[in-house]
Amino acid sequence: MNLTDLTIASARQGLREKQFSARELTEAHLAAIDALNPRLNAYVTVTAERALAQADAADADLAAGNVAPLTGIPLAIKDLFCTEGLRTTACSHILDNFVPPYESTVTANLWRDGAVLLGKTNADEFAMGSSNETSYYGAVASPWRPRGSTTKLVPGGSSGGSAAAVAARVSAGAIGTDTGGSIRQPAAFCGIVGLKPTYGRCSRWGIVAFASSLDQAGPLGRTVRDCAILLRSMAGHDPRDTTCADLPVPNYEAAIGRSVKGMRIGIPKEYRMPGMAAEIEALWQRGAGWLKDAGAELVEISLPMTKYALPAYYIVAPAEASSNLARYDGVRYGLRTPGGDVIEMYEQTRAVGFGKEVRRRIMIGAYVLSAGYYDAYYLRAQKVRTLIKRDFETAFAAGADAILTPTTPSAAFALGEKGRADPIEMYLNDVFTVTVNMAGLPAISVPAGLDSQDLPLGLQLIGRPFAEETLFALGAAIEQAAGSFAPEKWW
Amino acid sequence: MSLDAATIRRIATLARIRVEEHELASLAAELNGILGWIEQLNEVNVDGVEPLTGAQQMALKMREDAVTDGFYAEKVLANAPDRAGDFYAVPKVVE
Repeated sequence: MNLTDLTIASARQGLREKQFSARELTEAHLAAIDALNPRLNAYVTVTAERALAQADAADADLAAGNVAPLTGIPLAIKDLFCTEGLRTTACSHILDNFVPPYESTVTANLWRDGAVLLGKTNADEFAMGSSNETSYYGAVASPWRPRGSTTKLVPGGSSGGSAAAVAARVSAGAIGTDTGGSIRQPAAFCGIVGLKPTYGRCSRWGIVAFASSLDQAGPLGRTVRDCAILLRSMAGHDPRDTTCADLPVPNYEAAIGRSVKGMRIGIPKEYRMPGMAAEIEALWQRGAGWLKDAGAELVEISLPMTKYALPAYYIVAPAEASSNLARYDGVRYGLRTPGGDVIEMYEQTRAVGFGKEVRRRIMIGAYVLSAGYYDAYYLRAQKVRTLIKRDFETAFAAGADAILTPTTPSAAFALGEKGRADPIEMYLNDVFTVTVNMAGLPAISVPAGLDSQDLPLGLQLIGRPFAEETLFALGAAIEQAAGSFAPEKWW
Repeated sequence: MSLDAATIRRIATLARIRVEEHELASLAAELNGILGWIEQLNEVNVDGVEPLTGAQQMALKMREDAVTDGFYAEKVLANAPDRAGDFYAVPKVVE
């Protein structure tokens, strides 16, 4: 048995049945990271010593019968979550020496439940990107390659390191964040499962902020069940985040295998984009067929604002980013580049510290919030956002329990292939995922098949607010029909 | 509308990011591309629509206005690039 091939659910069982120790499980993952990370660059920091200490503590707990939901399970955490005493960079030069004096709520919840930290994963700088190529610490190579080719592909982004780590079996599961598709798109590109929970389901406290009204933490795993296990530990009320919901956390795992008979699945006609690959359309129909076979009812719905979600997002998200990232001024933490006076110091620090995409978004944000342009851009985008949310509310009020769409308009592309000349080319990757963040809804991406080059494709299920259980039940039905997908080992 | 070099310079000042002269043209092209694409929002009729400021599915919570955190200056200052005692230090602002 190869311990790194185990899902979280089977590792949990093996640990409890003493088939192997938490130390053995962690050591197997650390050895795999040593061997593979130089090629993938999925981790920016590997915490071997700390992982082994946590694993030993887990073994002591297992021996004493103190078993928590994640005791001994090795995880990878996007380097956007503050970890006390452990460098947290947001994959930006401006934070490369930042050591948080506190722990994010989501990660604290994971350690409370016994999880082991393998390391911090690579991501797009400040989570701004869809390919992991904007990271100051270099791009991540996907463990997937087109059939018969050695072309390096992107893992997607921004949680690209987290998705690549899970797909390449150098972590049992991972935590990411999703502001416009940053969990679901890399999950789809890497052939794994990723969930963006309802806005407010997980605390944002201690997560490096990008766009506060859109950001949400979520799990990435090789199965729907693994994501359900992780979400239960991550979620829950936190008085330190006023937007965090004070609602009980269900046992999400109980939804796996629950019947989907009689559920109404909305198929939005506006997601049939002109120029969309025939393979994506075929996959979507196949997915709808699987749910129908499982007893669900398909209903055509209309989400007319879909095409406006992305342009509205590229006002709202940069506006919030320009405000959130104003804190990086070289005074309290992070990089400082000297200047003649304090203003020059700010301007130099931010010019040197931020990468191109981050600079671009901060400037767009500053512009759309500036006097004379606020109403034309920012206020209008917020009104469009109301209409996007209303589209979903109308569909749910008419009886849809969930909505089925493709996760991405294509499979993964090659490193350096997109967005060089035109940033919008990269932005269009999130066309199917971004509506969900604008409306604050939960959505899951489940691997559903391979394209003609043997690259994974995902299907997305969008749910009502706080109906993650419905998504786990439906996601498991798709998973059962589609099977699972692993990259062929070329390393 | 199209942003010119002077507007790019003004935005850079607002954003407190130093932009070199030779970067202005390419930045203007990128930002104009993005803003031009965003213009399609003008097709949407938003008359009488309230703006959505957040994605909360519930009312914001209230809490007592009380100090609940603090008293650890060392932790707060631990990452400071420069400090003087319990203060952050910056280049001289007032002569």
